[in-house]
Amino acid sequence: MMKKKLQSGGLKAWLYLLPAILFLGVFLVYPLIDVFIYSFEEGYNSASQTYFGVGLYNYSYVLHDPYFLQAVKNTFILVIITVPLSTGIALLISVGLNSIKPLRNLFQTVYFLPYVTNTLAVGLVFMILFKKTAYSDGLINLLINWFGGKSVDFIDGPYWAKMFVLCFYTIWVVMPFKILILTSALSSVDQMYYNAAKVDGTSRFRTFVRITLPMISPMIFYLVITGFIGAFKAYSDVVALFGTNLNAAEMNTIVGYVYDMLYGDSGGYPSYASAAAILLFAIVLTITCINLLVRGKRRITL
Amino acid sequence: MEVVLQNLTKKFPSRDRKNRGDVVAVNDFTFEIPDGKLIGLLGPSGCGKSTTLNLISGLIKPTSGRIFFGADDVTDLPPENRGIGLVFQNYALYPHLSVRQNILFPLENLKGKDKLSKDEMRRKAMEAAKLVQIEELMERKPRELSGGQQQRVAIARALVKMPRVLLLDEPLSNLDARLRLQTREEIRRIQKETGITTIFVTHDQEEAMSISDRIVVMRDGIVQQIGRPQEVYDDPVNLFVARFLGTPPINVFEGQIKNGRLYIGEDCVLEVRGAADQSVYAAVRPEGFILSEDGPLCCRLGGVEVMGRDISVVSANKASLNPTVRSIISTESTVEDKEHVRFALKPRKVFLFNKEAEERIYCEVK
Amino acid sequence: MENEMDYGRLERSARIRKKAVNALTYVLLVFWAVIVLFPFYWMILTSVKSYGAYNSEYVPKFFTLSPTMQNYVDAFTAVPLGRYLVNTTIFTVLTTALMLGVIIFAAFAFARLEFRGKNILFVLFLSLMMIPNELVIITNFVTVTNLNMRNSFPGLILPSVASVFYIYLLKENFEQIPDSLYYAAKVDGTSDLKYLFKVMIPISKPTLITVTILKVIECWNSYVWPRLITDDENYFLVSNGIQEIRENGFGRENIPAMMAAVVVISVPLVILFLIFHKKIMEGVSKGGTKG
Repeated sequence: MMKKKLQSGGLKAWLYLLPAILFLGVFLVYPLIDVFIYSFEEGYNSASQTYFGVGLYNYSYVLHDPYFLQAVKNTFILVIITVPLSTGIALLISVGLNSIKPLRNLFQTVYFLPYVTNTLAVGLVFMILFKKTAYSDGLINLLINWFGGKSVDFIDGPYWAKMFVLCFYTIWVVMPFKILILTSALSSVDQMYYNAAKVDGTSRFRTFVRITLPMISPMIFYLVITGFIGAFKAYSDVVALFGTNLNAAEMNTIVGYVYDMLYGDSGGYPSYASAAAILLFAIVLTITCINLLVRGKRRITL
Repeated sequence: MEVVLQNLTKKFPSRDRKNRGDVVAVNDFTFEIPDGKLIGLLGPSGCGKSTTLNLISGLIKPTSGRIFFGADDVTDLPPENRGIGLVFQNYALYPHLSVRQNILFPLENLKGKDKLSKDEMRRKAMEAAKLVQIEELMERKPRELSGGQQQRVAIARALVKMPRVLLLDEPLSNLDARLRLQTREEIRRIQKETGITTIFVTHDQEEAMSISDRIVVMRDGIVQQIGRPQEVYDDPVNLFVARFLGTPPINVFEGQIKNGRLYIGEDCVLEVRGAADQSVYAAVRPEGFILSEDGPLCCRLGGVEVMGRDISVVSANKASLNPTVRSIISTESTVEDKEHVRFALKPRKVFLFNKEAEERIYCEVK
Repeated sequence: MENEMDYGRLERSARIRKKAVNALTYVLLVFWAVIVLFPFYWMILTSVKSYGAYNSEYVPKFFTLSPTMQNYVDAFTAVPLGRYLVNTTIFTVLTTALMLGVIIFAAFAFARLEFRGKNILFVLFLSLMMIPNELVIITNFVTVTNLNMRNSFPGLILPSVASVFYIYLLKENFEQIPDSLYYAAKVDGTSDLKYLFKVMIPISKPTLITVTILKVIECWNSYVWPRLITDDENYFLVSNGIQEIRENGFGRENIPAMMAAVVVISVPLVILFLIFHKKIMEGVSKGGTKG
């Protein structure tokens, strides 16, 4: 009797799980295996679905492709600039937010607004703010002129000008999440520690460095890691600013390279795309492993 | 250091939207704390004792009134300039710092002419650690310590700057019963050794009674009574104080003074001189009962609890406000298994309070 | 006496310093608020400037005295913005609804039912969280293409129906419901399914709402997969629509009309945010990431 009930319960459970297993199997597990197979199949033709060899040629092709190298360079610059900068600014703003009472909720709500906006749509606004056209130099150039500088075309101009806009927009987009996490981390530090420090006559700066920072350091670490992973996967904000033809703009990212290889004007090469995607995955996995090694506990969602 | 509180008052704005108007946490508190004494601030939760402590520490500012440390008016000084040490209820040990770093922390804040050399700091920290006997634990992190050890570290951290006044907020509430006994003796010893004026807050009357030089009983922001523990116990000014002190608690009866006699129910228990005829509360300490065949107070016997040294007689009386009447009797007398017991009362253990204000009626009881 | 004077000065200087720090804090906060809000202001402002007025402003103006709604009319007539909005709504509603079904059943099985291999399966599920979307999108693209589901709603929707993370979140929530409720229901002869719908789902409503909102935001803003899988304008979602408008729409570079389109597609989420900002922020701090 007991045994029968258990078995039927088991069967029922699998029934409940069936949709999830089905979808995850078809769209997550199978593709995961398949992408490795693709990456080793040389000369794969997506029309006839044939290939003529197995080996590391795809990787070697990708690693020697100047567009890929450009994309890797862009991505690394983006990561190295935006992650520390956005985390630092977010920390500054969160500390500010935490030290005030009136208007605090209003500020918090305003700061979170970019999170719910469409990256592509707002990217377009940033583009017109920075873009220099025949009709107008754009608002940002107007500001630069006010301060006595010369107009720069940030969208079709020099590499570093473009990189600046990209970093600026990326920081604008990732800030809400960081501010949110840091403000809640800061407010969860028990007031009792601040009282203890106050009684001991600890200066504001010292309280921050010796007490606040160590106590919220796990959260900062978490943000840096998710920030790294997110920035390595940058794509739609780049498209929003510079359009879909990123190779021509010298602004492609690794993810952009993968999609271009898969689809679009230079597309139709799933094998190259797979190899590039796996290289990206290797980078991200390394960072995740470092995270797991250092922290051990806190989960990371990719 | 002598601590003087003058008409100290603290009001908080009310959080209740319907009932605006301030909540008075401490109301017109005046008290002189003699130098080098251990003072217990005692009262039920919400009575304003922690607020008083925070006012003395400077973490909150009084609405009115002044605070003096010796001749210095410290009312407007921030906490760090008052020269106090404060031990928090949950100890507030910085979890990421070792015991040594925790104790060193206050010293590292010193600036200018007060700045100490590294060696001096180490020496002072070691001294403080020795005082509370935690020298072996210096490199551990707070979470590796037991509650009692954390408590000692917190005290060491508060003492390392040699404060003029040491403040302890519910110092024993996070410890288990056995450690509590041990730690309160420890606090007493440390206070005696250093001679620092010490004020601690507690809701546990036994704790306050056992180690304080003076206790201050508070209720709803108002000081009820101040005095030596034994004095307050033997001579409470009102029913609240009488009830708050002592375990088991005092037994309260509905009583009547008629023609110089005190009646509890139908029984005429004592003679009273110097009080008008009126209804009263008659409160009898548990140790104020004497078993006696022909005693005036008759109670229905509920049971007998043997506690070794004494026995506790649990009985019931219609006039009692407590659910049971508890009396402590020495083991020399025996209780017969009968339906009723009769008691005589020790006059010095009986207090009378008027019905309206529950204030003590001072009169001669025989 | 001298001592007291010293204290007084100490306190005064501390108060001045505190005020200065406070003022600086507000300056910083207002500055960042301006950076956050300015693009929104600019997009609304530009969207009500007429095409002619906009292009004649060599130096852009910070306000306009003659606002026009013409750009909004253009946005809906010159390009199929209405179609993009309808598509996105269909996509968002169907994806979210299907996902809720899938994750509720899966979370229920993990939280409530006993079966052999449950723990191993759950660990496998969790490990799937590690897989980045970029890795599996290649094969999915090929799969959907081979199934002839390009330029179709099933092709758009199906790959984003299952979410391991939300299953995990919901399972944790379900597990907090005390066992005694389940046993009480069993004693009364309630079936598992009825228990799920009558007890577990109502109790977990806050989490389900959070998950729903997060998924709606994700769907409304999704760009990469729809871009790969659709090249027929009739199936474009708003993100692709905006990109299409930017590259080919409105004939010449009609920036005001573009901004009108941007405003239109931003409005639904901003309204959703203004209503649910507490829930959204709570949900995101519990388990969302972006960037």
